[in-house]
Formats: sequence, C-alpha cells, structure tokens
Amino acid sequence: MALNIMQLATNFADKNPGITPGHRLCPGCAAPNVAKFALMTAQSLGYTPIVGLATGCLEVSTTIFPFTAWNVPYIHNAFENVAATVSGVETAYRALAKKGRLVDPEKKYAFFAFGGDGGTYDIGLQSLSGAVERGHKFIYIVYDNEGYMNTGNQRSGATPPGSQTTTQPVGKKLPGKVQLKKNIVEIMAGHENVYVATVSTSEPMDFFKKIEKALQFDGPSFIAAFSPCVRFWRISEDKAVDISKLAIETGYWPLYEVERGVYRITKKVKELKPVKEFIKAQGRFRNLLKRPDAEEIINEVQEYITRRWERLQILEEATKDKPIR
Amino acid sequence: MDNKKIVFWQGNEAAAYGAIKAGCRFYAGYPITPSSEIAETMARELPKHGGVFIQMEDEIASAAAIIGASLAGVKSMTATSGPGFSLMQEALGYAIMTETPCVFVNVMRGGPSTGLPTKPSQGDIMQARWGTHGDHAIIALYPSTVEEVYKYIIHAFNLSEIYRTPVIFLMDETLGHMRETFELPSDKEIEIIKRISEKDLEEEEIFVPYAESEYAEPTPNALIEMGKTRFHVSGLVHDESGFPNATYETAEKLIKRLTNKVKLHIDEITLYDEYLTEDAEVLVIAYGVVARSAKEAVKIARQDRMRVGLFKPITIWPIPVHELKKRLSKVEAVVIPEMNLGQYGREILKLIKPSTKVKFINKVGGELITPEEILDGINEVLTEGFDF
Repeated sequence: MALNIMQLATNFADKNPGITPGHRLCPGCAAPNVAKFALMTAQSLGYTPIVGLATGCLEVSTTIFPFTAWNVPYIHNAFENVAATVSGVETAYRALAKKGRLVDPEKKYAFFAFGGDGGTYDIGLQSLSGAVERGHKFIYIVYDNEGYMNTGNQRSGATPPGSQTTTQPVGKKLPGKVQLKKNIVEIMAGHENVYVATVSTSEPMDFFKKIEKALQFDGPSFIAAFSPCVRFWRISEDKAVDISKLAIETGYWPLYEVERGVYRITKKVKELKPVKEFIKAQGRFRNLLKRPDAEEIINEVQEYITRRWERLQILEEATKDKPIR
Repeated sequence: MDNKKIVFWQGNEAAAYGAIKAGCRFYAGYPITPSSEIAETMARELPKHGGVFIQMEDEIASAAAIIGASLAGVKSMTATSGPGFSLMQEALGYAIMTETPCVFVNVMRGGPSTGLPTKPSQGDIMQARWGTHGDHAIIALYPSTVEEVYKYIIHAFNLSEIYRTPVIFLMDETLGHMRETFELPSDKEIEIIKRISEKDLEEEEIFVPYAESEYAEPTPNALIEMGKTRFHVSGLVHDESGFPNATYETAEKLIKRLTNKVKLHIDEITLYDEYLTEDAEVLVIAYGVVARSAKEAVKIARQDRMRVGLFKPITIWPIPVHELKKRLSKVEAVVIPEMNLGQYGREILKLIKPSTKVKFINKVGGELITPEEILDGINEVLTEGFDF
C-alpha cells in the first residue's frame, strides 16, 4: 500500500489516529502531534500500531486515571527502558508468528516506542542502543523538547547552551548550560543497521514519508522529532509550528535522513538564517541575551550549526549510493 | 533582638540548605518528582559556596558520582525518589563496601515502579534497609518536620563521616513539599564533623583505610582529602590495604566489621523523640509525617484520660532497639500507624513481649493517616480488638 497524502489529510480530522483528543498536554504542545502523525501514517498504510512509552510528558498527560488517550495497545514501563520493553513485545510477536499462534497472521503490526529527550538522550540511551544493535524491527521516536519538562524544566543532554533551566540557571554570574546539544542523530546513525531521520511537525509531508520509510525499512528506525515546549521555551501557545519552521530555516534542526550510512538532506535550505533569530524568538533565552557574553555564546552555536550544515552536505555527496551495510 | 534568622522553607529546600551547612560541596542528581527541588536548590546555591552541582544522565550515574567525589575528599549528596533509589542500590552497596561517606536522600512516593509520583508513601522503609544485596548494616534517618529536615540532614552527614558509611535520609513527599517556619540554629548549636585536610599531613603517607585495628570502632576523620594520600578502592572483598583478597578469613572479617561498626554503636547512633511515654499504657510508634498525626492523636486521647504516649524513631535504621524495648516492656498495647502495609511494624513485633496487644494501621493509597484514624486504633486496642 502506498502512502496516500490525500487520505492522510482527510484522516487528520479523524478522531481515531491512535492518540485521541482530550488528553491533558499543554495547549500548543507539539508532542501529541508527533505521536498523531506517526500513528496515522502507520494506520493509513494498513499497520496496527503498538505503542510503548517512556516516562515523560506524553506519558503522564495522556494516561491520567481513569482516562487514556490511546486507543491502540499501549505499554508504559519506566523512564529508562522503553526500547527494551518494546524489544520484548516485538520479539514475542515474532515468536508467536513463528509458532503460528497469531490470531490474525495477515495483520501487520508496527511497534512504536516514544520517549522524550530525557528518556532518550540520557537515561534511556543504553536501552535504546541495545535494542537497535540487536536489530529489533521497531520505530523509536524521540519528541525532543530539549529538557525535562515533565518535572519542571531541568537541563538534559538535549538542552542547547544558554537556555534557561532550573538546574543550570542563566543569570548574571552563571551562563547556564555551556555544552552544545548532544547529537543523538549521529549517535544512532553510528549503529549503521538503522534508518535514522529528523522530522518536524512544521513539515508534515516530510514527516509522513519518513515514517513510511521507517515502516518499510527492514530493521530498527530512529526518528528525532523537533517538539517545542510552549511552557518552558516561553513561547505563546500558537508558536510551536513557527518556531519549528525557524529551527529548520536557521539550520538549528536540519531535516535529513541516514539510511544504513547513506545521508540525504530532505529539506534543502538555500541560505541559512542566523540562529540568533531562533534564539531571540524564545523567552528561555531572555537571560542569555542580557549577558555581556551573549554574542560569544550565540556565535559558538552559530559556528557549530554552520559547520554541521556544511558537513551534512559533504556527507550527502560522499555517501550517495554507498550504504555501509 | 539577636541575629537569629527565621526561615520559611519547603522540606526539600531545607534538605539542600542543611546539606550545604553540613559541608556538602558536591551534588550529583537526576530530576524526579517529588525530590527535584533539592536538585534545583543545590544547582542555585552550591556554586555560591564554592561547590559543584552536576546533573547526571541517570540515577546510576548520580550515585556513582557522589561516591567518586567523596573519595576525592568532598562531602557529597544525591537526592531522588523510589524509582531512582531503586537504580541507586548497586552504588549504595558499593559505598557500604568501600566505606565511603555520602548521603542519599529519598523523598518517598507511592510505589512499586512509577507508582504515585505526587503522593506520599512510606513504602521504601525496607528498601532502605535491605535494598542493596549482601549482608550489611545501614543508617537511615527520617525527620517529620521541615526544621528536623534541616537539623537531621546535618546529623546524617556527621554520622556518615564518623562511621564511614552512606547514610540514607528518608523524607515524605508531604514533607518535601510542605513549607514551615522555623528559627535557624546558630553556628554554635551545630556540630559539624570535618575531614582531615591534606594540609594537616606532614608528608605523603600510604594510608591504610580499612585497618584491622579499627575493628568495629568508628573512625572519624579517617578518610582524608585526596592529595598526599593514596589508597586502593574496590567493591570486591578486600583486606585492610583495600586490595582484593577473597580468602574466607578476610571476607568474613570484613563483612562482620562492616555490620558491627553500626550494630555495636546503636546507642550512639540512634535518635528518637518521645511524648508522654512516662506513664503510658498504650504506646504509639510512628515516624515521618505520620508521627505528627500520632502526636495529635495522643493529645486528644490524653484529654479523654487515656494513658497514651508516642515513640518516634528518628534513626529508623538501626532501630533504637534498647530504648524502645524499655518503653515496650512497660505498656499493655502498641499502635503502629504506617503509610505502608506494616514494614516497620513487623520489625517492632520482634521486640514485643507476647502478652502485648498490637494494632497496625496501614494506608497505601497515597493519603495521609489522620489523627482520628490513629485514635480509632487506640480505642480499638483498649477495647480488646487487636491484630496480634
């Protein structure tokens, strides 16, 4: 079955995309759309999604007793082990299929694991790496809101420099987090047996196609979804998509994919806008901008982004038609 | 007016400020409800005192980091809640085995697993005692007011230094998030155990950190700031030099010493409070926030001329066994309210003479135990209904 964009567009209004309205994520949060985009793509391609969640905003806000926003099979284990949990589920499915014990052998299942950046970049990395290395056929999606937003905005490995967090506050004396954001995409691409892609809800077509590719990929997939947190990025509730767009236009969140080592930039940006535009648009960088060394820090981020963008283009050129495995 | 300072702190803030007062200059942690405010306060305040705050990638790393920091000469602490405390158990055992002073705060929430993240529970009492594997002794403190949090976390650091062992500091979710006013004690009122500074040492010496002569005797100041000293640290069974040695004699001697250094000093280690126990016929044993309800219940019962008293262990591990036994021998009935299914109560049963009536009051749904519920228990036990 091929991906029918028209059908997806009509399905969007459908009340049954796997995650339903009525959950209690903040208004304007990008995370539920990340889940929705992924699950509706799977369902429109004839897959039955099975969902695992790491502890985080998406998990707590969609499953407040006695309600659930998930109308697909759902499992939440702990913070650090969603990839391992889904490994088990996927393996059980294969074992049952092998023994001919599936109720409906014709049914196609898609195994999804969702985690925030805390559950992916930090505490869940070991479990994720293990699952990908073993080659389970599942799709791991990180909704990256660049911090521990569920517990009230502590820094994570995904937090960018100068962003206000409670555990690395930006003030007159301290510059806040100084480390650059961990490049999770490259870490996962380094597993080589994997399909890795970045997505953004501001580019739905690109998003759908990458999920389609992940579903059809013979092996594990890792999707990094840019997921603005309106609450702690200090942006207004209608700005998640605009900020996502700006992230792509500035090269802060380049849209690309790596399939068994082959790089492909899926959204070419002719000329990157300065990252300062992205930074200035969000309240979480307000204190950074007040510091005398603000320019210095922003320049460091800008230089990194420019170099990464150049490097991506070189990699695209160099790896064309040359899968590593 | 003297220069006493009145503060209005949350329990979690008091834990952080108390730790800093005790000399803690290194904090490694990971966000988890309901303990995150400890990390947030430490992140803000530690740098002002020349300390270091690191947010780690998980609780396993947090626990390992504070052990490393302590061995490098800095008093250290981490704070977490049940799920994180479960992940820390391996490192906790390592700290016991390597006799590394450090403080583990567990602001308890409902469990097992993710459980009830925002609700109180006393479900980790036995986890604090036996969470890590192998025979070991443990010291665990459990305050019941914000003032006590401040006071006893300083004490936790001191015990940790004196007995060279990790100390567990248990708190209720309610206490972590509750704000109370209290007067900060002056510096004169606070005792702080300091480590020997390397400056105090004449020359480089090979330090024997696990010397046999120190058998079961507390060795305060034995852990010297790293610099002029060096020693071998291993979680394997080791001899007095710290090097692995798996002979039967060494292993047995080590494990017994690790246990005895707490067991043989119970009276020096244990703290407790009591209220109207002198003439009591009924003894209520309660700890943490439940002790607050219990005290109120005792007050009400006394108005009705019932001879009821309260015993509140502050060091819940080890149990203040000698003092408690004295009180228990004089009463006819015991009431033990806990926000778990009787974890501490079952330990108390071992100390009670067979003729004593016992009433357990247990709640695990994430709600506090009220004075009325305890009062009902007292009434029940006085009118013949009892559990054991």
